[in-house]
Amino acid sequence: MATKKLIKGNVAICHGAIAARCDAFFGYPITPQNEIPEKMSELMPAHGREFLQAESEVAAINMVYGAACAGKRAMTSSSSPGISLKTEGLSYIAACELPCVIVNVQRGGPGLGNTLPGQADYFQAVKGGGHGDYRLITIAPWSVQECYEFMPLAFDLADRYRNPVMVLMDAIVGQMLEPVDLHENFEIHEYPKPWATNGARGRAHNIINSLWIKTEVMEGLNNRIQAKYAAARRHEVRYQEYRTDDADLVLVAYGSTARICRSVVDMARDEGIAVGLFRPISLYPFPEQQIADLAASGRRFLVAEMSAGQMVEDVRLAVNGSTDVYFHGRTGGAVPTPTEILNKVRAVFGKPPVVSHYGRTEG
Amino acid sequence: MEKVFGRPKGLTNVEFAYCAGCHHSIVHRIIAETMDELDIIHNTIGICPVGCAVFMYEYMSCDMIEAAHGRAPAVATGVKRVLPDRVVFTYQGDGDLASIGTAEIIHAAARGENISVIFINNTTYGMTGGQMAPTTLVGQKTTTCPAGRDPKVAGYPIRVCEMLATLDGPSYIERVCPTSPAGLAKTKKAIRKSFENQIEGKGFSLVEVLSNCPTQWKMNPIESFRWIDENMTKWFPPGVFVDR
Repeated sequence: MATKKLIKGNVAICHGAIAARCDAFFGYPITPQNEIPEKMSELMPAHGREFLQAESEVAAINMVYGAACAGKRAMTSSSSPGISLKTEGLSYIAACELPCVIVNVQRGGPGLGNTLPGQADYFQAVKGGGHGDYRLITIAPWSVQECYEFMPLAFDLADRYRNPVMVLMDAIVGQMLEPVDLHENFEIHEYPKPWATNGARGRAHNIINSLWIKTEVMEGLNNRIQAKYAAARRHEVRYQEYRTDDADLVLVAYGSTARICRSVVDMARDEGIAVGLFRPISLYPFPEQQIADLAASGRRFLVAEMSAGQMVEDVRLAVNGSTDVYFHGRTGGAVPTPTEILNKVRAVFGKPPVVSHYGRTEG
Repeated sequence: MEKVFGRPKGLTNVEFAYCAGCHHSIVHRIIAETMDELDIIHNTIGICPVGCAVFMYEYMSCDMIEAAHGRAPAVATGVKRVLPDRVVFTYQGDGDLASIGTAEIIHAAARGENISVIFINNTTYGMTGGQMAPTTLVGQKTTTCPAGRDPKVAGYPIRVCEMLATLDGPSYIERVCPTSPAGLAKTKKAIRKSFENQIEGKGFSLVEVLSNCPTQWKMNPIESFRWIDENMTKWFPPGVFVDR
C-alpha cells in the first residue's frame, strides 16, 4: 500500500537510502543538507543500521571507505565545501573500485560561499573532482519523488560498476516540500563481494589498496576503470525531453533549473515560439549522443544553470560546432526567474525583452 | 625434535623491505604472533598507513586495507561499525598519526572506538627521506630542520599518549621501548593486551612503540637503540597511561 508524504528532498533521500538497504551513514553537519544526517540519526538505528556523525567530512568519507571495504552499502552526504574535503577519499574509493553513494546538496560558491542554491559543483562532480583519472557516476533529481527513487538506483549503479555514485542536488531540490509516493517497487539486487575485507575465513587474505608501484599494473588499473566508464556511457545514459519534437530552440538544464525551464517552455509556446526542454538526468555519463542528434536535426540550444557556465561546455562538446549554443547563468545563490530565461529565448528569436510590472526590464 | 621458533602464520612469505635493524620488522612479527596466539587471523582486518609501513598489506596474512595518509582510524571505524565482531587494528607512524591524522586519532579515541592502534614513533618521516616529524625532539637534526628542531620555529614534539590520556574514551594506552629483551617482552605483552581488550569489547587501545630509524638517523642499529634510550625516553617516558 503506497503512502504519500509531504516531505523535503533531503528527507526523501533518507527514505530512499533505507529502501536501498543502505547499511551505514557517516556525515558531518553543513547547510543546506542538515536534514539528511538528522533524519538518518533517527531512521538508521530504527532499522538496525549504522549511523555515525564523523569529526569532519574527511573522516566521514574515510569511514565510508572502511564500510565499503567491509562489503557493506555505505553513504555520506554534504554540501559544496564539504564535498571538496571528500574528494581525496573519493579518488581512493574509485581507485580501489569500491561502491558507495555521495549526496551533494549544492550551495553557492566558491569558497565558503553561502547556503543558497547553486550548481557550480558540476565540473567537480562529473569530471572526477579529485586527483587522477576517475569519474563519479552522477545523477541529478529534479523533484522530491526523484530524490527518493534515485537512492536505490544510486546504490545499484555503485555496486554494479564498483564505483562511487554521486546524487547531485541543489538547495532548492533539497529544501522544497513535495508529496512523495514512498512505494517500495524497487528490485534490490544482491551483488556478491568476494573482494571485501571482512575476514579471511576459508580463503586467502584480501587486500584493498590503491598503491601500484609498477607502471604496467597502475596503467592496467586505469584501463580497467576506463572500460567501466565506457560501459556506463553505453548503458547508463538517462534524460528526459519535453516538447522537443518540433522545437527550434532546446533549453538544456538539470535539477531545479530544469523545473524553471519547463515553465519557460510553456510561456514561450504561448507566444508562438517553438521551444523544448532537454533534461540530462545522468550528468555522467552525459547524454552527448542525444544532444548531438538534436543538433544534427537543426535545433539550437540555450543552456541554463546556476553557475557561470559548466554543463554548457559538455553541451558544446556534444554539439561540436554544428549549431548555436547560448547560455544563461546566475551565481552566488541567485535563482534565474522564468521571465529572465524567457527574455534570453526572445533575444535568440530577435524579440524584445518582457517588461516587468515595475517598468524594469527583467533579466 | 620439537620446533620452538618459526615464522608466525600471521605473516605471509613476502620478505620485508625494511632497512636492516628497523623496528618495523619486529613489531610486524609481534602483531603476527599475537594473531596466531589468539587464533584471529581469519577474523582480523588491518589498516596500514602511508609511510614506511605502506606495504604492510603484503606482509600480514589477515585481510588488509591501505588507507589514505592519516585516515586509518576513520577507515577502521567504518569497518568496525559494520563488522563489530571482527578484530580491527591500525598501524601508523608518527607523521601519519600525530601530524596529518591528528583529528582522526583524537576522535577515534574520544569515541572509545573498539579498535587497536599500534603507533610507531621514530621521530622522523623515514619513507620520504628523514624530514621533521611532529615527534622530532628539540635540537634533533632532520632534512627540514638541518640545524636541529628549533621550538621557536617548529614548536615542540607531541606526546600522543599523554594527550590521549586526557580523554575519557580510551580503555588502554601504553608506551613501550623495545630496545632490550625486557622492553621487547613488554612490547609483546602490550600489543597482545590491546587486541585482547578489543575482543573483550573494552574499547579504544593504543600502544606507542618508541622505534628507531637507523637509515635516516645515520646510525647503525646498536647506536640507534642507544639513542632511543638516551634521548627519546626522556621526552617520551615509557609507561601505562590508561588502563581501565
